[in-house]
Amino acid sequence: MISIQKYEKVQSLEQAFELNQGKKNRIIGGMMWLNMGHTKVNTAIDISGLGLNTIEETDEEFIIGAMVTLRQLEQHESLNSFTSDSVKNAVKDIVGVQFRNMATIGGSLWGRFGFSDLLTVFLAMDSYVELYPTGIVSLKEFSEMKRDNSILVNLIVKKTPIKICYSAMRAQRTDFPVLACATSFVNGEYRAVIGARPAKAKVVLDNEGILDSGITEETATKFAEYVAANIVTGSNNRGGAKYRKHLALVLTMRNIMKLGGDRND
Amino acid sequence: MEHKEYKSINKSVRKKDAMQLLLGKPVYTEDIVPDNALVVKLLRSPHANAIVKTINTKAAKLVPGVVDVYTWEDVPQSRFTNAGQTYPEPSPYDRLIIDRHVRFSGDVVAIVAAENEKAASKAVSLIKVEYDVLEPVLDFRTAKDNKILVHPEDNWVAPCEVGGSNKRNLVASEENTHGDVDSVMADCDIVLDRTYHMKAYNQAMMETFRTYTTLDRYGRLHVISSTQIVFHVRRILSHALGIPKNMIRVEKPRIGGGFGAKQSAISEVYPAFVTIKTGRPAMIIFTREESQIAGSPRHEMEVRVKLGADKTGKIRVLDLYTLSNSGAYGEHGPTTVGLSGHKSIPMYTGSLEAFRFNFDVVYTNTMAAGAYRGYGATQGIFAVETTVNELAEMLNIDPTEIRNMNMLKEGMIMPAYYNELAAACALDKCLEHCKEMFEWDKKYPVRDMGNGKVRTAGMAMAMQGSSISNVDVGSATVKLTEDGTYMLLIGAADMGTGCDTILAQMVAECMDCSVDDVAVFGADTDASPYDSGSYASSTTYLTGKAVEKACAELKTKMCSIAADILGCDSEEMIFEEGLIRRINTEQTVSMREIGVKAQVSNTKSAESSVSHSSPVSPPPFMVGMVEIELDRLTGEVTIIDYMAVVDCGIPINPALARIQAEGGIVQGIGHTLMENVTNDASGRPIESSFMQYKVPTRLDMGNLKVEFEHSYEPTGPFGAKSIGEIVINTPGPALAHAIYRATGVWHRELPITPEQIAMTKSSKE
Amino acid sequence: MIEITINLNGKKISDRIEADTLLIDFLRSHNCLSVKRGCETTNCGLCTVLMDDTPILSCSMLAARAAGHTVYTLEGLQEEASSFVGFIADQGADQCGFCNPGFVMNTIALLRENPDPTDDEIRAFLAGNLCRCSGYEGQLRGIRNYLNSLKEQ
Repeated sequence: MISIQKYEKVQSLEQAFELNQGKKNRIIGGMMWLNMGHTKVNTAIDISGLGLNTIEETDEEFIIGAMVTLRQLEQHESLNSFTSDSVKNAVKDIVGVQFRNMATIGGSLWGRFGFSDLLTVFLAMDSYVELYPTGIVSLKEFSEMKRDNSILVNLIVKKTPIKICYSAMRAQRTDFPVLACATSFVNGEYRAVIGARPAKAKVVLDNEGILDSGITEETATKFAEYVAANIVTGSNNRGGAKYRKHLALVLTMRNIMKLGGDRND
Repeated sequence: MEHKEYKSINKSVRKKDAMQLLLGKPVYTEDIVPDNALVVKLLRSPHANAIVKTINTKAAKLVPGVVDVYTWEDVPQSRFTNAGQTYPEPSPYDRLIIDRHVRFSGDVVAIVAAENEKAASKAVSLIKVEYDVLEPVLDFRTAKDNKILVHPEDNWVAPCEVGGSNKRNLVASEENTHGDVDSVMADCDIVLDRTYHMKAYNQAMMETFRTYTTLDRYGRLHVISSTQIVFHVRRILSHALGIPKNMIRVEKPRIGGGFGAKQSAISEVYPAFVTIKTGRPAMIIFTREESQIAGSPRHEMEVRVKLGADKTGKIRVLDLYTLSNSGAYGEHGPTTVGLSGHKSIPMYTGSLEAFRFNFDVVYTNTMAAGAYRGYGATQGIFAVETTVNELAEMLNIDPTEIRNMNMLKEGMIMPAYYNELAAACALDKCLEHCKEMFEWDKKYPVRDMGNGKVRTAGMAMAMQGSSISNVDVGSATVKLTEDGTYMLLIGAADMGTGCDTILAQMVAECMDCSVDDVAVFGADTDASPYDSGSYASSTTYLTGKAVEKACAELKTKMCSIAADILGCDSEEMIFEEGLIRRINTEQTVSMREIGVKAQVSNTKSAESSVSHSSPVSPPPFMVGMVEIELDRLTGEVTIIDYMAVVDCGIPINPALARIQAEGGIVQGIGHTLMENVTNDASGRPIESSFMQYKVPTRLDMGNLKVEFEHSYEPTGPFGAKSIGEIVINTPGPALAHAIYRATGVWHRELPITPEQIAMTKSSKE
Repeated sequence: MIEITINLNGKKISDRIEADTLLIDFLRSHNCLSVKRGCETTNCGLCTVLMDDTPILSCSMLAARAAGHTVYTLEGLQEEASSFVGFIADQGADQCGFCNPGFVMNTIALLRENPDPTDDEIRAFLAGNLCRCSGYEGQLRGIRNYLNSLKEQ
């Protein structure tokens, strides 16, 4: 059970950042899993009053505030239409509606959790995060950074034309994925992102141009094999490393085939 | 089958507590605990096998709000069992409230009592323990006669002779044979020798274990607990605490599910001990983690089946050996194992010439097992039904046909079931009915759905019992009130199943009144008549019969009071349409008049209390069929339809019987496809939370359809048999069968995970 | 200690709480005993309440963050619940009842958002509400019968 000494609803990012320099202070997002572990927090920094709970859409991008909930993402028509429902597909099986009404995109990305459906799907897009005070970095770069005392302010998804498909294997429908897979064609390149390996999601690009000649069952399989060969999988109680490799291959192949179908439409 | 038209029986009446529950009224243990109750928390051992060398509670006791901390030095030294069973308990006396020798990772090391939860938790974290860590026995296959003893102590006691010995890690052991098994086996065309493994699934009832205790106005220990067994809890506490039984009162409020978990006294003893020591009210609420790692799950079993048949598919001989893992303590160990043979072999009475059933139950340094719906039958039926399905597939005989050839039919004597007569058995009709409803002939063939996916079906039969014959006692007290309505007092425990309601339906049927005219009270050791409790599929069958008898007796008494009113002989009076009528006259006496008279210048009580026990345990029967879509590449199994037909005699309340069946099927689906139990190096379950132990959601179970075939059980109330347990038995074998159809692989260990399906290649390929 | 005010079931409730008081404990201590705890890992849905009309898990909400917001528990929505729970009772699907308050609260949220859901939409919306007794099918039949009864009216 968590123990918190002080609760501070901050008025500005500056104030949040300052407080966050304290070693035992913590920004609270959706506050999921408060009851797990025995974390001792000095000051809980609540950033829910900073207006970061909206999805702003411009001609160039979606600016998704850190406090936007997974349910908001799931129900955002424009974002889902832009991403062929892949955002919806990535979040719809996460625990339940109540959970998704609370869990935030900021909390989900900040943790850079291995099991994250969100990190997996957004890594397949032309996406960035805005950190305070660091500034804007690509989501991929962010996913490889160590956790520090900065604050995740926004997730930015550029409206770079994209074909994208998301799927995950779950042993029980609302469980963490055994393996998650997003594939996309964006900025002229094919990407496969494999999450829940069970380590953090990893991006594999088609560096060998396997799909350059077009998507056929043969090239999709070859690319899927390439992806599977270029990720490291591990074992835990949800699945063994070998099975995860196998799933990476199957899901990548199926997703790429779906991309191909979309392209021909 | 045809049966009498009833007014209240075989009717889907709403549960008496339904609206209270659906509108969220405060009716559970935690809801009625006063604010001043001490919070009790337990320090649990991280080691699977260790001796507490030193334990220092000084710092813990100094935490503001902490009232006291108790260790092994503070508790009585005579051993008892937590198992809720009829005395003398078959389970060994192998527990202390706190033992210096801790026997599984999660065993209790200290009890903390504090004014609030924060103080209690802090104190638990401040207790310093030095352990002498011993090597544990974790694999139950190596436990018997292992040099490491789980219970080396000399004061281990087995109240019943069940073949156990603590010096051999043996909780129980038995051998049963009928006919010349070896020579029939030798004469068979086909012998299948298969071994199956089922794990220690958790009941995962939504309300965890919890108990509140206080001293009543006479200084007696008053226990309010989420339990299925108020009378057994009274006995267990009396043994554990060394206080007389009449100084203990145990009652249960509404219970948030049990499924057998609460047929052991898992949480009661700790607050009771605190209340005795401090004189103050105390409560313990298990966390979900505690329920998962220190509850009373199913017995892990390995069942070896040798099945001998001829090439036409006639099953001639069955030879079972079951190895059961009782874990660190022996609760329900000697009894659950029996059902793995006694509730599986008799289904093939139609053709069996001989059978053997031997078993061993062993101690290991893992969480102690207990009672879980199905109680060993589930494990045995998974093994036997899967072997029969394999025989059918091997011989290319439709699995429903092979059942028809071999199954038990009404009127047969069951040698593998204590030579009981199958007086009411519609198993054959269940099969026929289910086959038609499910469209078996259409769904059984393997159909390619494209993209690596196939659809196909599997099936299984099941049986269970109705109460423990010659052991269980069900009782009912029926009272007439002065406005002509009735009170029914029972000691059986409604844990959501609806037994309060179905027993009231029986009173209404007998007394020719509406179900609303019958109020039910239970269960409370001070007020209820003695009842073994709600387990072993006994309440409808046994307590129900007691209700029927109590009503008959009450009618006689009411006739006598009515005769006093009319000044005639009671022989002249008969009960008719809710009135007492004087034969051959127009004179009637209403229930209200009798109720009033009973309280004025009267010497005859207008109430009746009857106990009932049964020399037989009539089995209910069931057939389950499942259609799945299986993704051969990912191994994912999607259930399309699960259909079942149940013979529970005459269902007293068809809606509640159906919900029992549907709920049991979904639990069975969980055990078969997703609920895993894996242990870390210390034998502690990794699936220690709902984040890791995945029970099915409503997206995991497909469409359910349950119907009934009626039989009439002559020894049951209104022809009824049991329903509560049998319903969990078909999903394991039916799903394993469908998965074989889809993949060519027989999976003999549950759960069958997508990983196992995807990564195990068929030998045919 | 923090002073907070929550609009609870239509009434303003002020209290002093610890920084780490969870909303579920705050609610139970203010006599909203319908709110149940079934796990420590956000998986069971038993503690579902409506905050600003949105179903949330009160086990994972600091009471401090709920300050200034509107919270409804089943105690405050008896009438709305009564319109449909009888249909679930008719199926016997209440069973042990321990999951019922969370399930009923989330069903209220579902029906407010989508008054005419399909079976699949019902299942998807309620997926975070575990029930170990009923096997779910009876709950679904109850909701379906309620929706049908509205159409017949």
